[in-house]
This record gives sequence, structure tokens and C-alpha cells, in this order.
Amino acid sequence: MTVRTDHMANLSQAHGMQHAADHGHGGHGGHDGHGEDDGPHGTFKGYVTGFVLAAILTAIPFWLVMNRVFDSSRVTALVILAFAVVQIVVHIVYFLHLDAKSESGWNMLALIFTLVLVVITLSGSIWIMYHLNSNMMPASIHDMRNMP
Amino acid sequence: MSDTYAPPLTGGQTPPQPLSFHVEGEHHPQNGTLLGFWVYLMSDCLVFACLFATYGVLGRSYAAGPSGADLFDLPLVAVNTSLLLLSSITYGFAMLEMRRNRIGATQGWLAVTGLLGAGFLGLELYEFAHLIHEGAGPQRSAFLSSFFTLVGTHGLHVTFGIVWLVTMMVQVQLHGLIPANRRRLMCLSLFWHFLDLIWVGVFTFVYLMGVLP
Repeated sequence: MTVRTDHMANLSQAHGMQHAADHGHGGHGGHDGHGEDDGPHGTFKGYVTGFVLAAILTAIPFWLVMNRVFDSSRVTALVILAFAVVQIVVHIVYFLHLDAKSESGWNMLALIFTLVLVVITLSGSIWIMYHLNSNMMPASIHDMRNMP
Repeated sequence: MSDTYAPPLTGGQTPPQPLSFHVEGEHHPQNGTLLGFWVYLMSDCLVFACLFATYGVLGRSYAAGPSGADLFDLPLVAVNTSLLLLSSITYGFAMLEMRRNRIGATQGWLAVTGLLGAGFLGLELYEFAHLIHEGAGPQRSAFLSSFFTLVGTHGLHVTFGIVWLVTMMVQVQLHGLIPANRRRLMCLSLFWHFLDLIWVGVFTFVYLMGVLP
């Protein structure tokens, strides 16, 4: 069978021998010859790079907020949200080792689908509830005076 | 390929190539555990998305009570964040040692990870106790209800992560780095890094944006 011969070829590769045997994995060509059998691989350098990047991307937002670098809260909020998005990407790449190839791309597909849902949930909720609040009856006389 | 099954063709002509039942070069995950666990994490991500949305909607409804600027202690949050980030990289080191089949080093890094996680949890519980002691419990305002729900859910995940981690340390001690334990440690790795990822959203969206005027 094709699958079996591929499996044997896999086993005969010098590296990843243990892992291939562990999981009985076979039937894939392998884009780089290893990496799929034992899940995504990380390296020492990769982890340290991710850690340093994450530490920097954490320190800057804390510094921005604690020292009130920007006068406008809106600017600060947008900047620290941008830092958070970058840091989340760093975590996904260096710690979760996700790329387009892992699990035939199904991981990435699930992630993209989830991100779409998350964006719809967050932005939709905040957007709708903000407009709902501003169209509600004023809660007090004070609010009533400030009505447009 | 001699044992490949080929159905007889009516034309009597032999097929030029043996039948193959999958696309050549396609990655075919035989062991779907990691993929399945990833799907679980994505569903967990949706749970957190709902809690974040709730906090986004209610986060400024103080009911004349204390606001985030009054309550949040940013240096404490910074320490908490560093603890969780450090625990992420120490778990990474545990995985690297697992690949080298060194049980002792793996266990050591797992223990360090667990201690850092416990430290994170301890600080978070201290913060919660402090808030409740000040009368800023979850029943005080919509802001505090959504705050306790979101941060508490994350803390609950960390708690179960630590329980899982201790379980895995016992398992590795008893059975060694067998394939099943490797697979479980891989899943726990995803879980642990995912919690750190959620925490990035928490400290940015809740704490840092909460103290902005």
C-alpha cells in the first residue's frame, strides 16, 4: 500500500525516528521531513526570541499608561491595543508554533474562523450597546440637561 | 505497489497508475488529538470573547461605586504578568527537555512552571480578597461583576492548568515519557500558552484601559 511504503520511508529517516514510531504517523510527504509527528517543534532560540519580544511588548504599554505618556486616553487605548495584537501574534508564532502547515492547515483555518467570530462578537456588542445607551432615556435630570 | 487493489476496467485496459486514495503530498493527520485540542481551545476563545464583550459593554457602569482607576494596582498586575510570561517560557523549556528524553530536567521545568502559575494565582486571589475587603466585590456594580467574571474565569483556567500540570508530573514520574504522556504534555503546552495569550488581552483591555481617565 502507498501509505505503508510512505510510513517505512518515514521511519528510515534518521531524525524523528522515535516520534514517527510513537504516533504511527505516515502517508505524508513532509514539507521539511520532520515536525509533524510530534506536533509542532520549538527551539530554544525560538522560545527566547518570543519571550524577549513579549516582555518588550508588555513593558511598553505598562510604561505608556503608568507614566501617562500621551495626554489623550483614546490615543493611549489605541496604541496599547495595537501592542496587544502584536504580542498575541508573537505568542501564536513563537509559543504555540502555529503556521499554515500545522495539521494540514486545519489549525490555521480554525483560528481564522474563531478570529472572525471574536471580532464580530466584540465589535458588534460594543457598537450596538454604545448606540443603545446613547439612545436610551436619560437617567437623571442632569443627563436631561446635557441632551443634544 | 504490487498489492494495490485495482478494479477491473470494462475496456480491458490496465490503468496507467495505481489507485491512490489521498491527494499526493497532502498532510494527513492520523492522530487528531492536537487538532481536536486546538478546536477546544478555539471554543474556549469564544467563551472569553463573550466575557470580553460583556466587560466592554459594562466596564464603565460604576453605579456610583469605585472605578478601575481607584481600584487597580498596576505594579501588582505587572508582577502578575511577568509571572505568567515566565511560566510560559519555562514550560517551553520543559517541552525542549521532553524532546531530549530527559525526565529529570522535564520534571524540574514543569515544577518551576507550576510554582510560577501558583504565584500568579496567589497574587490574583490576594487582589480579589483585597477588593472584596474594600467593599468592591462582584455585587457592587456591573463593572465589578463583569471584571470578576472575566478575570475569575481566567484564574479558574489557570487553576485547572496547575491541577493538570501536577497530574502530568505524577504521570511522568510513574510511567516516564511514554507517547501518551508526550501527547498530553503537548496539549497542556497549548493550553498553558493559550492562557498567557488570553492574559495579554486581560491586562490590556481590563487593567491598562481601565485606569485610563
